[in-house]
Amino acid sequence: MSDVVLLLITGLGLGALYFLVAAGLSLIWGLMRVLNFAHGAFFTVGAYAGWTASTALPSASPWLSWSISLVAGIAAGGVFATLTEVVLIRPLYARPVGQVLVTVGVSLCALALVEGTYGNDPKQILLPDALTGTTTILGAAITNARLLVIFAAALVLVLLLLFLSRTRYGLIVRAGVENRAMVEALGIDVQRAFTLVFAIGGMAAGLGGVLAGAYYGTIDPSRGTSMLIFAFIVTVIGGLGSIGGSAVAAVLVGVLQQFLNFYAAAGVGDFAVVALLAVVLLVRPGGIAGSAPT
Amino acid sequence: MNAAGPLLAVRGLNVHIGESHILHGVSFDVRAGGITGLLGRNGVGKTTTLRGILGLVPRSGSVRLGETELVGLPVHAVVRQGVGYVPEDRDVFSGLTVTENLRLAERQGSVLRYDLVYELFPELKARGSQRAGTLSGGQQQMVALARALLNADNRILLIDEPTKGLAPLVVRNVVDALRRAAEVVTIVLVEQNLRVAHRLVRDVIVLDQGRVSFTGDVDALMNDPELARKHLGLVAAGAAH
Repeated sequence: MSDVVLLLITGLGLGALYFLVAAGLSLIWGLMRVLNFAHGAFFTVGAYAGWTASTALPSASPWLSWSISLVAGIAAGGVFATLTEVVLIRPLYARPVGQVLVTVGVSLCALALVEGTYGNDPKQILLPDALTGTTTILGAAITNARLLVIFAAALVLVLLLLFLSRTRYGLIVRAGVENRAMVEALGIDVQRAFTLVFAIGGMAAGLGGVLAGAYYGTIDPSRGTSMLIFAFIVTVIGGLGSIGGSAVAAVLVGVLQQFLNFYAAAGVGDFAVVALLAVVLLVRPGGIAGSAPT
Repeated sequence: MNAAGPLLAVRGLNVHIGESHILHGVSFDVRAGGITGLLGRNGVGKTTTLRGILGLVPRSGSVRLGETELVGLPVHAVVRQGVGYVPEDRDVFSGLTVTENLRLAERQGSVLRYDLVYELFPELKARGSQRAGTLSGGQQQMVALARALLNADNRILLIDEPTKGLAPLVVRNVVDALRRAAEVVTIVLVEQNLRVAHRLVRDVIVLDQGRVSFTGDVDALMNDPELARKHLGLVAAGAAH
């Protein structure tokens, strides 16, 4: 029983990290039809900005130090994403192939810069004692950091849903996902919504980067790339443009991966996730929450 | 045209879509007030003309609304000059509620005519929390018209085939609403139903193969068998009555 609980919560934690990356990807694709391969770089830059801030600003309180790293990771992800949209993607809105190439380029450059600056070795993350401790749930000892990751992702989900349902920009994003041209034909400058969505997506990914450090205990330059691959899978399974769909798919993928990697063999979970993607594409091409493309 | 000049002046409007040259130097004026019909057979460029005015398709030439040149402005800036648009397929946001569709159309700084909208379409008030995608075609048309009518600073509405695919009873409601709307805003109406067009419009512009083939009074066109046959393909004058 304790194994099942442990795997379930570990899977939820992994799903929470996938969700933090996939939420931005999904909104960006849904509204802007931009396949953003740079999203993993937002995650990585957020992780290293958080680590840099916490080590460069020594603090007597581990909580304060870690809180600073959270803020720094979110800010770095948001700023990097905003600059990417404004400087590199905006001039290429009419050229989707150019967008793909430029986001791949950003991803490679950011990875190289991080590796060049920090090296390839994993960096240890210093966490407050309360986060490295464990809580026993139904006989399973769960690291508190993992519970925090799940809680943080749930909070981001709620905030995003509130943003989409209660604010004018949320309304613009939801409408723009359906029909961007008609939103403009109502006199709305969709470009501002594009930048906002990129910034939000970047902040969520940056937060994911810092939280991944808490989840795994270390950060390394390549994690953003592997996160991006699974986040793409989550985005497609959830339904492009749907935050709720991404959340459900992220949980599904994270939990499935954990259980199969444990009970079958290492790697089987990853394979099963790709198989699940194939099944969803065949049976329900629009994903869990989306409609089939016409 | 009145002494103050036309409200909308289109000059040498050209639109290319891909390899196709759709509009060939279209020029016409729309005077302020009432409804001007944009008529013609299928595929002659009526919808493209509306989309060209708005900037939804790449265009060249000149489109002036009052003193303001619209060509060169992005779509949202054209609309903010006071141009409302009701597309042929209504294009309501199906995942949004009726109220959210209307809220999205609200423009900052504009006086909002919710009283007029709900007077014309009382059903929309009752269905405010219903998703627009679950409405009937007629109800969706009401939402599309309401979005365009909502902002009192709209000076002109471009309305594309509002009766297309609607039941006769609903067509009557739409016609009544358009007539009432024309009391407060100038309308350019694309309409394939010539009976409807004849009942509503004052001036007509007829397009043929991407060019203006006739401009003038609607009665002069509809009541002249030769003109009606030549420009609209009507077999006999009065067929549109």
